[in-house]
Amino acid sequence: MSKDGSASFFTTKVDALFDWGRKNSLWPLPYGTSCCGIEMMSTLCSDYDMSRFGAEVVRFSPRQSDLLIVAGIITTKMAPVLKTVYDQMSDPKYVMCAGACASSGGIFNVYSVLQGIDTMIPVDIYLPGCPPAPEGFLHGLLQLQEKIARGETHSHRKLAEHKRGSSLASS
Amino acid sequence: MDVRTLIPTNGGEAIKKFGEGWRKQLATLQAKFSGDLGNVLFPGEAATDFPIVYVSLAKVIELLSFLKTEPGFEYDFLADLTATDEEQAPRFEVVYNLFSTVHKNRIRVKVKVSEGEEVPTAVSVWPGANWAEREVYDMFGVKFLGHPDLRRILMDYRFEGHPLRKDFPLRGYQIFTEPQVIDPKLLD
Repeated sequence: MSKDGSASFFTTKVDALFDWGRKNSLWPLPYGTSCCGIEMMSTLCSDYDMSRFGAEVVRFSPRQSDLLIVAGIITTKMAPVLKTVYDQMSDPKYVMCAGACASSGGIFNVYSVLQGIDTMIPVDIYLPGCPPAPEGFLHGLLQLQEKIARGETHSHRKLAEHKRGSSLASS
Repeated sequence: MDVRTLIPTNGGEAIKKFGEGWRKQLATLQAKFSGDLGNVLFPGEAATDFPIVYVSLAKVIELLSFLKTEPGFEYDFLADLTATDEEQAPRFEVVYNLFSTVHKNRIRVKVKVSEGEEVPTAVSVWPGANWAEREVYDMFGVKFLGHPDLRRILMDYRFEGHPLRKDFPLRGYQIFTEPQVIDPKLLD
């Protein structure tokens, strides 16, 4: 109750509340394979300090993290490992694809390099650059947070499809 | 600049330092392996920075162990073992780069291999040749006779073809999404 006697309350959907919580406490799994990984480490350290945006709890186990940061070149021999790591993460999970190599293969248009990780796993946010600067990582993180708040990530889509499927089944 | 003139190496002009010794060594080799020794390229006469000795397939291990152990030679360190695809009659050349930690000089041994021929393994001379030969097998498909563990080392076991062959397409992608199964039976 307010001082003037009117009811003051705040309504929201439970989903939106959860998304708000998730977007402000992303736990990244660093998958740094080359120079983008160095920029990512710099972003996580005190100079740029990703913890200002709630994403400082770096977990090296896919079971405990919800943001997969793929920073660097993914070779064809590394590809199944990345797929396994992604599959082991529990929903909801988000993927940030940092730099030219992870996004498209970059300059390595050869037999040994995966031509973009999006050929294998869904990607929520792409960072341009070779490598992207720490500011780029922070910008990407903020963009991803907005995307989670809007409910437009691949995990949201998957959940929506799942709900639609179960409601069809029950009706 | 004419590449047939002296090529300076890291340690200055190696031929000034080692030229005489190399001549003597090559004469010894000629005397011992006369029939099995092919072309000999000498720095200053060919575009190379240290001598290249071609040898027949049958005598390659004998020559390598001779170079390793013989007093006055003592090329005891296998700096690199690799191959080239020449796109002509004997298709491949397997290259042994040797370094002597005693005399601080180098020599290069080459052996011509046609497709399907097997090179005797150098693991008995240098155990470190194991992975290098696996890499040559992986990249060029040259097999090594008597190798203890000849399987792919860089590419996936399910990969087909040998990517550093000249006829392999540059973009011959083969993407595997499932982790590879390490099954000794696959590793022929």
